Amino acid sequence: MKIVVLVKHVPDAQFDRHLSGEGHTTDRDESILSELDEYALEAALQLAEARGGAKAGNKVIALSMGPAGAVNAIKKSLQIGATEGVHLTDGALAGSDAAATSLALAAAVRHLGADAPVDLVLTGMASTDGETSLVPAQLAERLGLPQVTFASSLDVDGGRVTARRDADTHSETVEASLPAVVSVTDQINEPRYPNFKGIIAAKRKSITTLSLADIGVDSSQVGHAGSWTRVTAAEERPPRTAGTIITDEGDAGIKLVDFLAAQKLL
Amino acid sequence: MANVLVFIDNPGQALKKSSLELLTIARSLGETAVAVNGELSDDAAGTLGAYGAASIFRPAAADLDDYLVAPKAAFLAAVADKSGATTVLLENSPEGKEIAARLGIRLSAGVITDVIAVDADGTAHKSVLAGSYTTTAKATTPVTVLSVKANSVDPEPAAAPVTPETVTVDAPADATAAAARITSREQKVASGRPDLTDARIVVAGGRGLDGDFGPVEELADALGAAVGASRAATDAGWISHDAQVGQTGKTVSPQLYISAGISGAIQQKAGMQTAKVIVAVNKDAESPVFEIADFGIVGDLFQVLPQATEEIKKRKG
Repeated sequence: MKIVVLVKHVPDAQFDRHLSGEGHTTDRDESILSELDEYALEAALQLAEARGGAKAGNKVIALSMGPAGAVNAIKKSLQIGATEGVHLTDGALAGSDAAATSLALAAAVRHLGADAPVDLVLTGMASTDGETSLVPAQLAERLGLPQVTFASSLDVDGGRVTARRDADTHSETVEASLPAVVSVTDQINEPRYPNFKGIIAAKRKSITTLSLADIGVDSSQVGHAGSWTRVTAAEERPPRTAGTIITDEGDAGIKLVDFLAAQKLL
Repeated sequence: MANVLVFIDNPGQALKKSSLELLTIARSLGETAVAVNGELSDDAAGTLGAYGAASIFRPAAADLDDYLVAPKAAFLAAVADKSGATTVLLENSPEGKEIAARLGIRLSAGVITDVIAVDADGTAHKSVLAGSYTTTAKATTPVTVLSVKANSVDPEPAAAPVTPETVTVDAPADATAAAARITSREQKVASGRPDLTDARIVVAGGRGLDGDFGPVEELADALGAAVGASRAATDAGWISHDAQVGQTGKTVSPQLYISAGISGAIQQKAGMQTAKVIVAVNKDAESPVFEIADFGIVGDLFQVLPQATEEIKKRKG
């Protein structure tokens, strides 16, 4: 099987995150592999291992689009167990919205499928920075592939992928033929950590760098120029300030209701 | 010709509040058409008229629900072409956002998600990075696709109701070809509580509940609220993962968020940051949640919550 896992380097949510520059794009200093992508990587590794792993010709390719720093998300993926890394990087990509990002990623996936077809594209359910969940669906639309999103379990057999999905009012089983784009939730597995062996092995794995020219995309199709949306203004929200804090003296429940009544929330 | 198109997926017997909000926003942008998938009851159709929908577009095929996302996006793209809509509004549910995503590619239209307000010129307002920034964004394309969060406006019927005309639209023949098929669906037991994402009030519990969600559920029911939970509580298996609020769960922006036994680690704060009013109950006075609470109680939630529940019941008489 040939599986492409989309990995994104995102600002660490443990710290304050910032928008900067004319396009109000996310400041990517202090970035890490998006936590939600680790579940996609783990799912890919399990599918590959169940088929005999890399020795049997199974490939798990970690693909990241982004500036120089994005290579760290790829390196971490290789340490965890991906067989190879691909870094799509080009100055013209900066400021790409979901539509432009999906265009570039679709071209990259086609490029990676030129020698042997890609069976599966796996992604997290959302990035932890943009949080829009748009890219997997847009990638599927651009590649003309079925999308199976928010999978909480995944099974691939005989050219078909079967997944479970949980919505608020119902759960469902869905099925699609391969190739397909699949996004997974944090319920699907327990991602492994890189171990010493993995970290050593990662040093010998290759990372291919691709530019827009390599994947046949014109710079006008991506970045600010190729984006269909523009952020026109950004304002840092004033931090929430603490209000009234009381210590329960036996009547805090009643004081709580008084507060709700005063706020007209009852 | 209508210039705003609202998508309502399976309206059921009565339109949801979030659908009424979309219709209210649509009217402020221009003449409204509605695309409806699934059954449309007379009551729901009447409400669409009362909210000013001039036309209702319905799919010719009945099997859009048998597939994930793609055929609904294809149907909606066909309706957008036919109605000449320049703005399409959808609800901000996971599926709503994905339909918006694919629709955007089909129409070569910019998509903006998590929208909380729309100006007359189509500029959208939203908050990003877990509520730490508010941004305005605009599509640069002839058509704009917006998914709008629930609780963004107060629903208001049109000054004069209209009688919508109904038009049937064929989704493109290839709509289901590259789509994942739903092979089985099980309804979950209805809790009778509002949906977490749409709820006006959310009562959420965390580690401090020690496995007992009873006090949270009882307070939620007294307030007509949805029940939420921290990741610690869902990971411990005390409550279903559906209830999880935060970075890897649901982002909610209710009028009132009551946090009980949640310390307020950054991912949890992220989930509640955009609530209008935050109340926190926690034993530990050092909990970070008190830094953002409008009203904080340092105390035992097993005392405070039941007392509040009783008091609410008494006042509601």
